[in-house]
Amino acid sequence: MHRRKFLSALGATAVVSWLPRAACAGPAGRYDNVLILVELKGGNDGLNTVVPYADNDYYNLRPRIAIARDQVLQLDGSAGLHPALQPLMPLWQNRELAVVQSIGYPSANLSHFRSIEIWDTASKSTEYLSDGWLTRAFVDSPVPKAYAADGIIVGSGELGPLAGGGTRALALTNTEQFLRQSKLAGSEGASRNPALSHILKVEQDVVQAAVNLNSTYPFRAEFPNSPLGNAFKTAAQVIASKAGVAVVKITHNGFDTHSNQQATQQRLLKELAEGLVAMRVAMQEIGRWDATMMMTYCEFGRRPKENQSGGTDHGTANAHFALGGRIKGGLYGLPPALARLDGNGNLPFAIDFRDMYATALERWWGLNSAVALNGRFRALDLLKA
Amino acid sequence: MFTTPTLTKLQRYAGTVSLVVALATSAFARAAEPMGFDEARHLLNRTSFAANADDIDAFAKLTRAQAVDQLLAWTASNKVATPAPAWVNDFESPRRLRGMSAEDRKLAQRMQVEKGAELRGWWMTEMLTTPSPLTEKMVLFWHNHFVSSLQKVKSPVLMYRQQLLLRKHALGYFGDMLHDVSKDPAMVIYLDNASNRKAQPNENFAREVMELFTLGEGNYGEQDIKEAARAFTGWSFDPDSGDFVLRPLIHDDGVKTVLGRSGNFDGDAVLDILLARPATAEFVVAKLWREFVSPAPEPAEVKRIARMFRDNRYNIKVALRALLTADAFYAPQSRAALIKSPVELIVGTLRQFRFETGEVLPFVLASRQLGQDLFAPPNVKGWPGGEAWINSATLLQRKQFLERLFRAQEMREPLMAMSRAAGDNVKGIGKVEDGRQRLTRAMMDIHFDGDKWLSQYRPGDSQVVKVVLAAEPANQPATGARGADLLRQLVLDPVYQLK
Repeated sequence: MHRRKFLSALGATAVVSWLPRAACAGPAGRYDNVLILVELKGGNDGLNTVVPYADNDYYNLRPRIAIARDQVLQLDGSAGLHPALQPLMPLWQNRELAVVQSIGYPSANLSHFRSIEIWDTASKSTEYLSDGWLTRAFVDSPVPKAYAADGIIVGSGELGPLAGGGTRALALTNTEQFLRQSKLAGSEGASRNPALSHILKVEQDVVQAAVNLNSTYPFRAEFPNSPLGNAFKTAAQVIASKAGVAVVKITHNGFDTHSNQQATQQRLLKELAEGLVAMRVAMQEIGRWDATMMMTYCEFGRRPKENQSGGTDHGTANAHFALGGRIKGGLYGLPPALARLDGNGNLPFAIDFRDMYATALERWWGLNSAVALNGRFRALDLLKA
Repeated sequence: MFTTPTLTKLQRYAGTVSLVVALATSAFARAAEPMGFDEARHLLNRTSFAANADDIDAFAKLTRAQAVDQLLAWTASNKVATPAPAWVNDFESPRRLRGMSAEDRKLAQRMQVEKGAELRGWWMTEMLTTPSPLTEKMVLFWHNHFVSSLQKVKSPVLMYRQQLLLRKHALGYFGDMLHDVSKDPAMVIYLDNASNRKAQPNENFAREVMELFTLGEGNYGEQDIKEAARAFTGWSFDPDSGDFVLRPLIHDDGVKTVLGRSGNFDGDAVLDILLARPATAEFVVAKLWREFVSPAPEPAEVKRIARMFRDNRYNIKVALRALLTADAFYAPQSRAALIKSPVELIVGTLRQFRFETGEVLPFVLASRQLGQDLFAPPNVKGWPGGEAWINSATLLQRKQFLERLFRAQEMREPLMAMSRAAGDNVKGIGKVEDGRQRLTRAMMDIHFDGDKWLSQYRPGDSQVVKVVLAAEPANQPATGARGADLLRQLVLDPVYQLK
């Protein structure tokens, strides 16, 4: 039974707002498990992130930009991490880091915009949906009203997976600025004018969140001094607030590395690893690491064959990370099939990106994923019971 | 420095335009009467960026048809008064980047960004100063229909040329625009038709032309796309001149079947097949409806107006006139039913209150921050608009933008002191300024005199609220609020976000 139906059967939708957080943890909608999505905007090059260092094709396709065998941080006999991801190695050794290879979808679209729309709305390549996958999930199984918001968006104005009208999604840059600006909101009341009622709803979401958020938890964790580091810090502040949120989306910009990829990706991956590790420390400080799952995603991977400019063009299947206190560390999916490239020289996929979403929806939150994903996808066995 | 004009001043230029009493498009008696203050405000606010009291009073005396004909008459000249950026005739081939050193390439990219900013500033300046705001609103409408983006096209020159094309047809004939846009180099690049070749078709353009430019989803099949893509093969562009070029060697001249019709079609023939379908006129009229009338098109009215549109060779003015004189346009549920786009909010506010401004750059950046980066819509579907304009971040940023604008006068001294303290020679000539300095200086150049603006009204006149807001305010202004303070309260009201 869906949560909403269950609650309305009790005639008690409003009850949720005063239930203590622990009471919300049930068979459905365990939203005290927080999901942090990290978007690697522009399309991270998965092959130089999780390097198939034992595959000769990899070195043949990338004479200039391949990561040398002796530089790779070996995960097993064939896959290794980019050296800039060194900070993640303790998590790997501690079995808290899952590395999922060959994630993609059928009939891949190589446009940044269209492909991220496909990921955000969990649509087929040929269908246009307007609501994000998380929006559909939250409309079906609402996040308790006592939460500061359903989700927050940091580092981008794009609601992405939270797009559409059905959610309380807050876009914010940092909590202090948000709290300062929120004083400009304050309208009350309702309207029969749909446009006005939308604006009033956003104002009220802001006010409600502002009441429940604080920006003062004295974390000892050191967040890197970068936009991404600040975004993680903001996320940590929100999660540390009493009211909390179910989901955080963080955007890490700059992965569209068509030229001179090496230096750029080196810097971006280092920032990523340091940010993720700082977040882990922060969540451990407040006893939430076991209730935190972080996942990376982006519109596509990059083409296996390097281009003439020391970079890579748009590709298809990609590798991503999932990490958290209850993640079962290890390698998932399949190694990149460099011997089976398509006519454009792109990789086949083995894991549908919606399988990752199903994992979050079913295993992390205890929801039925079919509604949010418009179909059945296989959740991965990434989580400890 | 420029001051945004009001329509009244401009009416004098257009004073000789005779008012043609158009045939009433509906049988309703209202159409023959003067429209009155409320309807005039509604019409002007939807068709220009903002309306002031004098304009509203002048239009209130006209019938709906007279008023709309006046607005359409003002669109007659599609010349841009704002001088174009200096580089618009210097197309730079994408090939020039090949073999460039990393440093040169970076420099070239920097130049590109700089030109992109100039291009945006050029258009926004025109919107701020034009005597025919409706022209600019229509250009913006088509920019969001026939979408291309600097992000992919990467040539400010080609985006400028596309803009001139949209401008040329903005209130002309939709069919002509469709044919021309399909051969526009920026579009050819944006939707990958440049790599659409015989035996290796790229379906991107064929799909979007049906789905987003003409028929709308559900009015064609996958096979129609495949066949149409073949017809568009060879529609390419010359990377040296930046001109459209037809490449016969890679054009597929076999027989194609599109929407049930077979023949040795080229791209133009396929476009004509699309134009012959009633769905195309209905799709475009419904989109115009959502832009000008309300978020919920009425199917019967859309069909009626679409029929007129198609019967008149897709004359855009005919469709627009029908929409703007329709009862549905003036119906109570259509008032204040639309959310202002960032451009409408920014340009409208500056025009409404006759702000004096210096550099246009901060407003270009504000528009981007609020989610509408001119010349760079997010994807081929364009800005989704409507409620999607407003989320917690954009709403707070809208309010902060307005608040800063109305406090610019009092902030000038502190800003100047700050920049003096920082040792910046903000008026330095010939000095390379960084963006922050430019912005600071631009903020110092904003002038607004609230008391002077309000002096056109009697103290305590409720007309002020009716001019500024499309509906009753959600929060009544504090009693005793006056001058810039009163105006600040009005523009921070949620209703100010509506048009």
